[in-house]
Amino acid sequence: MTSLEKPNGGNRSAAGAAAETAHISRPADVADSPERVGSGAGERVARFLQRQGAPILLALVVLVASFAFPGFATFDNVASILFQASGLGIIAVGMTLVIISGGIDLSVGSVYALGGVLAAWASRYGVLPAFAVPLAVCGLIGLVQGTFIGRFGMPPFIVTLAGLLGARGLALALTDEGKTVYKVGWNDTFAQLGHGKVFGIYLPVYFMVAVFVVGWIYLQRTKSGQALFAVGGSESASTLMGLPVARIKITSYLICGLLAGLAGALNAAYTISGVPTQGVGWELDAIASVVIGGTLLVGGAGSLIGTLAGVLLLKVILNVINQIGTLNTSVQMVVSGAFLAVVVVVQALLTRAQNLRDG
Amino acid sequence: MTAPTVPEQLPDRAADAVRERQSRARRIGWIRDYGVYVALLVLIIFNIAATPNFVALDNLRVQLVQVAPVMIVALGVAMVIGTEGIDLSVGAVMALAGALIPLYLGYGVPVAIAVALLGGIASGLFAGVLVASIGVQPIVATLALLVGLRGVAQLLLGGQFRQISSPEFNNLGTGSVLGVPIVVLVAAVLAVIVGFLMRRTVFGRRVVAIGGNPDAARLAGLPVRRTLITVYLLSGLLAAIAGVLLTAYQKAATPSTQGLLMELSAITAVVVGGTPLTGGRVRVLGTVAGALLMQIVTATLIKHDLPESSTQMVQAAIIILAVYVQRDRGGARR
Amino acid sequence: MSSTQPQEVSAAANVNRPVLSVRHIAKTFGGIAALADVSLELLPGQVHALVGENGAGKSTLIKVLTGVYRADAGTIEYDGAEVRFARPLDAQLAGISTIYQEINLVPLISVARNVFLGREPRNRLGLVDFRTMNAQARRLLAQVGVTVDVRRPLRSLGTGTQQMVAIARAVSTEAKVVIMDEPTSSLEPREVAKLFGVIEQLTASGIAVLYVSHKLDELYRIAQQVTVLRDGAVVHTGKISELPRLQLISHMLGRDIAQVQRQGVTAFDDRSGADPDAAEQLLDARGLSKRHQISDIDLSVAPGEIVGLGGLLGAGRSETVRAIAGATKLDAGEVRVRGRKIRNGSTAVAIGAGIALLTEDRKADGIIPGLSVRENIVLAAMPRLSKGGVVSTARQRAVVDIFMKRLRIKASSPEQKVSELSGGNQQKVLLARWLCLSPQLLLLDEPTRGIDVGAKAEVQALVAELAAEGLGVVLISSELEELIEGSDRIVALRDGRVVGELRGDAVTENALLTLLSGEPAANPDPPPEPAADVPDAAVPAADLPVPAERTKEQR
Repeated sequence: MTSLEKPNGGNRSAAGAAAETAHISRPADVADSPERVGSGAGERVARFLQRQGAPILLALVVLVASFAFPGFATFDNVASILFQASGLGIIAVGMTLVIISGGIDLSVGSVYALGGVLAAWASRYGVLPAFAVPLAVCGLIGLVQGTFIGRFGMPPFIVTLAGLLGARGLALALTDEGKTVYKVGWNDTFAQLGHGKVFGIYLPVYFMVAVFVVGWIYLQRTKSGQALFAVGGSESASTLMGLPVARIKITSYLICGLLAGLAGALNAAYTISGVPTQGVGWELDAIASVVIGGTLLVGGAGSLIGTLAGVLLLKVILNVINQIGTLNTSVQMVVSGAFLAVVVVVQALLTRAQNLRDG
Repeated sequence: MTAPTVPEQLPDRAADAVRERQSRARRIGWIRDYGVYVALLVLIIFNIAATPNFVALDNLRVQLVQVAPVMIVALGVAMVIGTEGIDLSVGAVMALAGALIPLYLGYGVPVAIAVALLGGIASGLFAGVLVASIGVQPIVATLALLVGLRGVAQLLLGGQFRQISSPEFNNLGTGSVLGVPIVVLVAAVLAVIVGFLMRRTVFGRRVVAIGGNPDAARLAGLPVRRTLITVYLLSGLLAAIAGVLLTAYQKAATPSTQGLLMELSAITAVVVGGTPLTGGRVRVLGTVAGALLMQIVTATLIKHDLPESSTQMVQAAIIILAVYVQRDRGGARR
Repeated sequence: MSSTQPQEVSAAANVNRPVLSVRHIAKTFGGIAALADVSLELLPGQVHALVGENGAGKSTLIKVLTGVYRADAGTIEYDGAEVRFARPLDAQLAGISTIYQEINLVPLISVARNVFLGREPRNRLGLVDFRTMNAQARRLLAQVGVTVDVRRPLRSLGTGTQQMVAIARAVSTEAKVVIMDEPTSSLEPREVAKLFGVIEQLTASGIAVLYVSHKLDELYRIAQQVTVLRDGAVVHTGKISELPRLQLISHMLGRDIAQVQRQGVTAFDDRSGADPDAAEQLLDARGLSKRHQISDIDLSVAPGEIVGLGGLLGAGRSETVRAIAGATKLDAGEVRVRGRKIRNGSTAVAIGAGIALLTEDRKADGIIPGLSVRENIVLAAMPRLSKGGVVSTARQRAVVDIFMKRLRIKASSPEQKVSELSGGNQQKVLLARWLCLSPQLLLLDEPTRGIDVGAKAEVQALVAELAAEGLGVVLISSELEELIEGSDRIVALRDGRVVGELRGDAVTENALLTLLSGEPAANPDPPPEPAADVPDAAVPAADLPVPAERTKEQR
């Protein structure tokens, strides 16, 4: 860090020396001297790793697995990994938006289950209600949570913890405590959307890809998406710059609820039933994949590409462990947990290094 | 940055406004401080009147035994929340502690328990170092442990659940002393210890001071880092104790399910008990009452043939209400 | 796309009609008046300086103008119509653009995104057009003399450059009024020159600028009008060229220049003074430096001596005492207590060496609001008052009683919550916190600010008493009489440097005011003026009044 001070210390005297010629505009000097040029390659590498670590690691794991296990790089296996990732992937998109805006949503697992139950129930009225009903209800839950958080300033953690309980309770209530299972007709169009295949790949995978693409455009290319970064990065600055902070926060929870509902509906279409006990603990998987993907939990920075890589990484590790055969899923948990720990430690160290410099 | 000056005499209207605000704050403060006890009392009275067999000894015993692990875990979580942190790892720590028991039972019950508790301490130490020394956010640091530790617990037992046939050990979970279940006794003793720790020791007062104003605490020369690490360590230890007791009660270590979602129940108990998420206050008795309240709400609804789903929705409403009452102090913080 | 600056505004057309008029604005917080009755008019094409010490109400006024706060009373007339801004966005849309002292940008996102946040250029599909945005941002920044890669995250820039980005953002909106709150506090001299160039461009195109700063050189260079606020009220308004510097400072500090006399209005005894050249210095700090805050500050304190730190807001007084107390890590310099060097950057080490710091901001880093009076007092001394880690309430009570009596802390009981006490009593609680550690050196940062008259006198008397007992004291106060009557010796700071020292009979208000105003004639060893680096901006040095008294002059 001490090396950082030098360009600036030098700058002060340089300014004095250049006093006589200061009326000659020399923007080039202004450009490089006050910048922290000294931050060096180390930080750049670290930054790169934080942003691109998950995709790189994913590529490595895939590469190694392809050589190590003949069954890994087959079309069927890859298609199955993608399908297994689809539900969590869709949910993780919403979670990424919420976390970038500086919040957190613990309710997604329950909302996912509720979405499935509602979709299965509504599928008897056709394919449109089968999507419209869960999206409407789950969106409403997101909206209400967002309002508590954005307008009333209640802590996201607790509001969505209540949402976790409430949505699960609602799902159970609708199914008579899980005793009633709403069935989706096997030949319904709706069911086809769940387990139909195009080019040998399940339709939900296409949904996931579409959600990621639309989500990416929203986040990176719209005013509203840009505002999420600003609010998460500095709420007070955003307020002073005139952004409608409450509305931006509410939007993120609304989208998160909608996507959890959509994922639930697709799952109902695949399993041709609505089961209220689905998705327990998925909020944690979603948060984990978002964090592994390089999105900062403090908000203000993150990427959907990272999130996609994070989701796929979790699923690929699971798949590899299954390929090995002698290991069980607990290894996957240990690996994910350890990986998560490493990621957050690296993130914290990076943040700390930057704060030291800024301070 | 504006530090408004204090006029010597406030205009009457302004003074009235201040008084009005203070009395309102006091009312809200009262609800925040005593609401949970009142709610608990009302619920108990209602049950005595309206629920058959509620006061029966058996029922009371069942309720207390069921709530004891939550209560023990919540005591630790309350301390963590008092520092403006959070601990999501407690459920996984319970599973880990439970899984260690059958592995070391061969060396005797005390050894097995000691190892299990050491597991909890190590986990808490890890979380504390991540939070206090490295500066990881508490929620992610403990999330990593939540994911990883349950995996470790399952690995230890090869993904299986393990029956425990040592009557000596199982007695911890099922036995009684003078008619009081040991589990309940341990919970009560721990509540008293944590209460004492928080109220009467240098450590406890530091925890509260650090949670209340970390900058002032640092300027006053308090050992902020060491105190934080100790808090997470204690939370891990308490979760491990709960894990050991639950294992004894179930007569089996079930790493895949033991303590699942316990972090949420514990946080609920703490929040409902009036400990603000913004730190600076640890309400030990409130936490005990919060855990009891949630337990009795569940029991009441079940006794009155209301389904599980309604329990969860009622719990959600109670949480929202509790946080709404605390909102005046809190602000929009996670 | 053409430049976003509203060049078409005719400067001549409405030069005498104010673009923004503030009338009788009042704002109270929790029954305390931050603004009592403030009126202000901004003329197009002019720079209006707003000055005042801490707590005068400058920031509150700005926040009212920008829609962050709503005034309790009074009206704001903007562009000929009465307006009410419910939120910052409304003020911005109306054309009031603000640069805040704390850089209010988002550090993690790119420079260009910061400049255009909330008004991003978009393509036909309604999506953000980054190519256009980056190009425009590059052009805007070039206007203020910054050429950086606009795609880089803001935080990778230096603070000065960040502030220039904020300035570029503010002036790029179609603003009619630009408010600048201490815009130069983090700028290097050359950047200041650039900023002044920008301000000239703005005023030339008829934009009104409200300029808040405590750097008098700057004010006299760029402002035409000045308004002085004190205690939430306007104490002076008019042309700045008609207001001598010394007069301006005395308005700010509330002293009548004609009556500068030792009136003895404080409870300090006439300080006979300890020997500042005593063989053993209690405190000996050398070369304290911290980037952007203080540079090369020397300070020594003898036992029993009260050393005043003089300086205007932002001169580096608080930063100096915080550095001595280990609350900030220094870039350079060392602190010795009784000749023994202490490790820098640790409050615990400093406390162990007998240094106690009473901070300026009671709320932010002083009291712990949820705890009782007793616990706030014993916070630092807790280990000494407990056995085996168990708190002994009885022992605490005994100590607390002594200090509550000695400091006359008015509380219903030691168990009352400290947040329920008045400001003066909270301050005494904090003093007690340090005194029960029996310190050797007390660093008092504005010990009497915001507390009532009675408590103030008590605190002052106590400080004098403690010094008589042999404690060394460093006193910071924005109130001149407190500083002058309370100190044996005053070290004057300006722009983070020591600019002079007053001893014995030379400790007078005029001498101090002259030192603080930074007028070359009054300063035997003038530091390099930042203005000297900027020959292209006019310095009205010739217009400045010559101070009536000299530093060393006897009264």
